[in-house]
Amino acid sequence: MTTRLRETLDATSVYLPVEARIRSLRRLTKLETLFTIELPAGVSLHHDPGQFLEVSVFGVGEAPISISSSPSRSNGTFELCVRRVGEVTSALHTLHAGDAIGVRGPFGHGFPIHQFRGKDLLLAPGGLGLAPLRSLIQQVLDERRHFGRVTMLYGARHPSELLFTEELEDWAKRGDLEVHLTVDRPDEGWTGNVGVITTLFPKVQVHPRNTVAVTVGPPVMYRFVLIELLAKGIPEGDIWLSLERRMKCGVGKCGHCQMDHIFTCQDGPVFSYDSIKPLPEAL
Amino acid sequence: MNVRILGKQRIFEWVEGLQGSWRVVGPQASNGGWGFGEIRSADEIALDYPTTILPPKKALLPTRQVLFNYCEGRPEICRDAVPTVLLGVHTCDLHALTLLDRAYGGDPPDPLYRAQRAETVVVGLECLRPCTDQAFCKSMGTIAPPEGVDLHLTDLGEAYVVEVGTEQGRALLEDSISLPTAAEDDLRRLDRVMGEKWARFPNRLDFDVSQLPALMLSSRSSEVWTELAARCLGCGACTLVCPTCTCFDVRDEMDLSLESGSRVRVWDSCQIASFAVVAGGHNFRADRAGRLRHRFLRKGRYQKKAFGLPGCVGCGRCATACLARITPIETYNALYRRMGEARPTATEVVA
Repeated sequence: MTTRLRETLDATSVYLPVEARIRSLRRLTKLETLFTIELPAGVSLHHDPGQFLEVSVFGVGEAPISISSSPSRSNGTFELCVRRVGEVTSALHTLHAGDAIGVRGPFGHGFPIHQFRGKDLLLAPGGLGLAPLRSLIQQVLDERRHFGRVTMLYGARHPSELLFTEELEDWAKRGDLEVHLTVDRPDEGWTGNVGVITTLFPKVQVHPRNTVAVTVGPPVMYRFVLIELLAKGIPEGDIWLSLERRMKCGVGKCGHCQMDHIFTCQDGPVFSYDSIKPLPEAL
Repeated sequence: MNVRILGKQRIFEWVEGLQGSWRVVGPQASNGGWGFGEIRSADEIALDYPTTILPPKKALLPTRQVLFNYCEGRPEICRDAVPTVLLGVHTCDLHALTLLDRAYGGDPPDPLYRAQRAETVVVGLECLRPCTDQAFCKSMGTIAPPEGVDLHLTDLGEAYVVEVGTEQGRALLEDSISLPTAAEDDLRRLDRVMGEKWARFPNRLDFDVSQLPALMLSSRSSEVWTELAARCLGCGACTLVCPTCTCFDVRDEMDLSLESGSRVRVWDSCQIASFAVVAGGHNFRADRAGRLRHRFLRKGRYQKKAFGLPGCVGCGRCATACLARITPIETYNALYRRMGEARPTATEVVA
């Protein structure tokens, strides 16, 4: 019998991190590292794909990090794909296997995967957007029979910035996951598509009435990807996005992630497009 | 109704009676004005104060508060709730406390706020005249106290009427002083004092407060925000003095030993340019007009939507604190005037 991490927080203080341990690290790119994290004995994560954790390095601070692994593959551990970009993430990159970090969560609403069942999936991560989306992809692959055609369009700026390259190859070989890759700036060895992610959309056909689209990426990408998805006739309520914000507390108190009356950390970070379309501050 | 009479000559006696078991926080002279602070000597209490620079919320939400301490990487919970009597809170601030209770209650509740709130007894103080020329409590519907105030005082001249609103209030009073029940004559005077007060408060808004949320929604793209932004210094003073602002920043503070430290939260302001910046540098509210609009919409609409109470209680502190003289009364009225106008003039709200 295990206690859920979130329950241990609610029982003490929702601001008090639980001490977790780095079991292993894997460098993915120049900036991104995949951390495998182990919770204390008797504590389980119980997350939904798309949810996030507040990750602490004591003495430096705390940052919201999406969970990169699926609940179906938790096996006592979970994975965080972290880009070295701020103070906390830079400090995380100095740590080693066996080192302790603090975790709180999981917070927010993830992807409503039960609503996706029986549908075709069109997944469009850009850059680091694959980190949270990988959690959904793993879950979908582990219950593959519940979903129709699954297509992924993934774009990065440069081939060296593609994340999870070994898994991308495995996914492409499976035959039940259609993978299209693109990079903005190719290197000498690149033989694939060149251009921003929107250049991949003409390559795929979708049945708009039976397709759920999921896109995760930087703010500028959403504007253009939404145009493509809507042009394909996918209803606004079937387009799902995950929004990045400065989520300091994770529980709708600190105010940093507020857009209009919505707290991104609690109501999101995953939203359907029709639910955020009326909010001028969302996109 | 349980109503008592507290002669003014017995105020010090009462405060001293409270000090035995409680931290007493009340209005006192501070830096040329008035502020809520711990009353260490009973004669410091200044119940005839007009308004305070900072609202009483800091008794429940300190400007800097330890979330937890850690030693060699191990976090340890910090419990620092102090039994407190919050004494002499004006009606606008009582409404603000109700809003804080909802904002920091909610799901999940804020553990530190909840702990301090549970240890706090609130004594309200009826306002009998406007405290400043920027107060607009009558327009905001906060001129009368909300339900559930533990004890509430009304000045009858030589004595206060003490209305007991909760069991907690009754127990506090019984433990600290023995007061006579109000006589028929006292109650008649209370009615007269209350009847006379209303006419002293002017209506400051040109519309009914029930229209405010809709007005704010329709004013999202108003030019008023860009015009105000041209004057706004982005200093955050307005949010610092606001009784309903709840945002905070979180920081780690290491001891000099570098072995232990604390995670603390400190008041923060959505008016500061970096408030919505994420690691990597993207600012989700990059322009000053957007930040001003966010603050006013939060006060006029979002908090009402989220917590069922208006986020602005009409205390006027932000107007007094603003170096650029941006005031909620002028802003709300300008938005209302402009609502039907096709081409707003550029100078209207600047005047």
